[in-house]
Amino acid sequence: MPTEAPEAPQAPEERPRGTLTSGRGRLADPIFKWVVAGCGTLVLIILALMVIRTTAEAWPVFAKEGFFGFLFGEEWTSGDSRTEITGTYGAWPFIYGTLITAAIAIVIALPLSIMVAVYLTHMAPTRLAKPLSYTVELLAAVPSVIFGLWGLHWFLPNVMRPFFEWLEGLLGWFFLFEGPVLGVGYLPAGIVLAIMILPIMTAIVREVIVVQPLDQQMASYALGSTRWEVITKVVLPSSFSGIVAAAMLGMGRALGETIAVLMLIGGSQSWGASLFGTGSSMASHIAATFGEANPETRTALMAIGVALFLVTMVINILARVIVWRLGQTKGDAAV
Amino acid sequence: MRNGRSKLATLAAIPLLAAACSSGGEDTENANTSGDALSGSLTGAGASFPDPLFQDWIYTYTNDVQPDTSINYQSVGSGAGIEQFMEETVDFGSSEEYLDDEALQEAADNRGCEALQFPVTFGSVVIAMNNPELDGLALDAETIAGIYSRDITTFDDPAIAELNPEMDLPSDEIVPVHRSDSSGTTAVFTHYLAHEVESWDEEYGEGKELDWPSGLVGGQQNDGVSQGITQNPGGLGYVNQSFAQESELSVAHVVNSDGEPIEPTTESTIAASEEAEVPENFQFHIDDIGGSGYPIAGTNWIFTYTCGYDQETTDTLVDYWTWALTDESAQEIAGELGYAPLGDELTERVIAELERTNSENGDGSEDGEDEDSEEDSAEDGDQ
Amino acid sequence: MSAPTTDRPASAPAPLSQLPPGSGLRRFKNRSATVVLTGAMVLAMVPLFLIIFEVLNRGIGVVNLGFFTETEPPPRRDGGGYAAGFIGTLYIMALAILMSIPFGIATAVYVVEYGPNRLTASIRFFTDVMTGIPSIFVGLFVYGLLVIGWGGLGFGTFVGAVAIGVMMLPIVTRSAEEMLRLVPDEMRNASYGLGARKWQTIMRTVLPAAAPGLTTGSMLAIARGIGETAPLMLTAFGSGLIVTAFQGEPQGSVPLQLYRGAAQPFEAGIDRAWGAALCLFALVLVFTVAARWIGSRASIGK
Repeated sequence: MPTEAPEAPQAPEERPRGTLTSGRGRLADPIFKWVVAGCGTLVLIILALMVIRTTAEAWPVFAKEGFFGFLFGEEWTSGDSRTEITGTYGAWPFIYGTLITAAIAIVIALPLSIMVAVYLTHMAPTRLAKPLSYTVELLAAVPSVIFGLWGLHWFLPNVMRPFFEWLEGLLGWFFLFEGPVLGVGYLPAGIVLAIMILPIMTAIVREVIVVQPLDQQMASYALGSTRWEVITKVVLPSSFSGIVAAAMLGMGRALGETIAVLMLIGGSQSWGASLFGTGSSMASHIAATFGEANPETRTALMAIGVALFLVTMVINILARVIVWRLGQTKGDAAV
Repeated sequence: MRNGRSKLATLAAIPLLAAACSSGGEDTENANTSGDALSGSLTGAGASFPDPLFQDWIYTYTNDVQPDTSINYQSVGSGAGIEQFMEETVDFGSSEEYLDDEALQEAADNRGCEALQFPVTFGSVVIAMNNPELDGLALDAETIAGIYSRDITTFDDPAIAELNPEMDLPSDEIVPVHRSDSSGTTAVFTHYLAHEVESWDEEYGEGKELDWPSGLVGGQQNDGVSQGITQNPGGLGYVNQSFAQESELSVAHVVNSDGEPIEPTTESTIAASEEAEVPENFQFHIDDIGGSGYPIAGTNWIFTYTCGYDQETTDTLVDYWTWALTDESAQEIAGELGYAPLGDELTERVIAELERTNSENGDGSEDGEDEDSEEDSAEDGDQ
Repeated sequence: MSAPTTDRPASAPAPLSQLPPGSGLRRFKNRSATVVLTGAMVLAMVPLFLIIFEVLNRGIGVVNLGFFTETEPPPRRDGGGYAAGFIGTLYIMALAILMSIPFGIATAVYVVEYGPNRLTASIRFFTDVMTGIPSIFVGLFVYGLLVIGWGGLGFGTFVGAVAIGVMMLPIVTRSAEEMLRLVPDEMRNASYGLGARKWQTIMRTVLPAAAPGLTTGSMLAIARGIGETAPLMLTAFGSGLIVTAFQGEPQGSVPLQLYRGAAQPFEAGIDRAWGAALCLFALVLVFTVAARWIGSRASIGK
């Protein structure tokens, strides 16, 4: 798989041309180049506009609450002024909801995706491997609103709720699993998120495992290792950075997911440690209240959007740094 | 239906006549052709609380009454409804709050003519519960506030037991469910609590969304609340009455200001609406409801302007709302959905106000306009 | 993906296990691992089948011809369909495709054929960044930029399409980039050798050669765009009526209408929402499967 393009051979401009060349044709090349370059810079322009426009829109709220006051404030009370900021806006409950649901999703999806990827690459019967991985990838095609509908109307009452009640009975003394079980909440939202990010994470982990060189694995088998030992001691350690990248990418997806979370998280403006508790994520709070928000509240929701953007950016960049550093210190990657 | 239509035809003719008189010869043709079949298209925006009713009204009207018209109502919430009305991006606005004089003045300054407002319907917010044995449980404002602030956590709490001496109350934990989206239903419900219970007003206040105490379940829209109620044995939540009628949930009877526990029905909502003193300018609240009225009720206002519409829009606007307010099938729809129509006397006054829509347009004389409206109201009353 | 392909542990080969080869414990571990991993595989597939089953189960009875040709009555009434949503989705997607696919492919052309340089490096980086942007933020951005902001256009079809287009753009760009890289340099050189200019080489040789791959990527992006709900809530806003206006009137879409319908407490409306879920799901699956099929049938390069 060529990851870096070999430099496309440059057509020497001064070369004498045959029939394909005309006076107009000489200009066509630079024009074409500038057109595609212009299209390319569109991405940069859009991103710049995104940052500028949303920050400008959200500025009054940041100005009133202070940036960190906004991020860590715990009170969210909308005002209804049409011209100024009169309410109190602290986004911490929503930031917490976002982080906790994404964390639940990663905790569940990461081991599962590794296991599935390993199964697909090392254990599945050859004839089955392709249809199986195809099936898992199809899950990624399911629109998020269908996940929400199914999660709320079928999965929650029939599977998750009985499971939660059992879990609460077993681990209710532990603060994370403190009752009461209310149905909707952080945990069901996190579990459905896990299902949603599973395909993308599996795909990446699988890709990483597939490209691991075979010689070492063969050598390990030759030394008498079982398949399990080859996987845990040869394949997975050298795939570590790829797995981290998969986790980060899944995390990024989970942070920004809106509709399914909205339907399952329970939408309260408070926050608590228990995973059975209800709350809101940043994205779900925006979607829930935007429709009927007055201009002042929309400004504040815009500020949540900016914060969400920042969080996802930090995660993305962090992922890159981790992957890069692991790449550097590959020698002792057998962590 | 037949009756409704003939009545409708009479009503519809009046404003057309008025328009024809006021704006000279040109419009006569127009008026004549559209007398039987209107073909205007309207856009409106505003409150979500009456949305189920508005959607049903619009559907019936545009399908069965005036098939050539189209009406698009967006339930964007009261705030946005007012905003869009002020910015003149819609033909009519709607809100659960009336416009105060200042807002009316602002609207008038923008448009260059007077803005009108009138109530069109009343609706109740119902306390629904999961446990069928609790149907008819009596609650008052204090206990509801207690439940939602988590001071009362079980059904056999002394405060509830006192209101229900004859009921065998379970010791189930109450799981209060609220709307997690911003909604008019929440506004009506919390307005009631804030008005009745001082401590609630101080701590939580009122609004379309609230900083609820922790330990409550939030549901996305009516369906989310219903899921929250039905999936918890002790589930209790507030919903539009239309929903409570549809579902099998048990409902609480709420104690009104005369100390009577009242079952939420269309009748008790009508009774509540009759409790309200409606002044000339239609600026009123329905609070402190007594008698046989159900106390958690809200009103919905419609806003229009007295100028700036074209003739077709005016005709459709007036005809549609006149139909909605007076036609029997429209009233039936309201009843089925748990919304209360206005009383007879109030309907007359509202129609009179409605027909001032676009009356200041062009070179029309206001006097003639007013006379027409009065005639119309009289006719309406006769029928 | 920057997957390491050549890295390997540098340490000297050490005995992988202290136990003698073929010991019972090791074999037991190996066998139980096989069982656990197979279990994980099954577990990962279960949700898809549960979803398909439930959506079919609840949706199949609702979908008929009228479901595509009629608009939706109020939630408590039976009958009618999602015609408004389907037309809205079609309208929005058509515009979004026009906006995102040409730009996405052109961007990829620039990155692959004219790079690498500092500009292409930053374009690549920021395209990656853009794939990670939450959809609701895209909605907020378009709302702030076009609905109320500099544009002041209000809700409507066009702004909805811009939001979906912005969502699709990086997906198209990334996949097109990979596809263009797969076009062997021999083909470019052959074209140059025949005296073609660079733009002619790209338009007549590189792009046609990559066409199946480009189609696959574009269709996957479309499949993603069709199901988007969150950005449309803030831009197209939703409508239950058929809207033909290009801009200025709120426009509906299937996922939006589905979401709103499911949130109403009326049985008839919820049934229709399941029907719409079935249609939406089928539509997305058709695009996804067809994209893969085209991709695998006519794959270029290796």
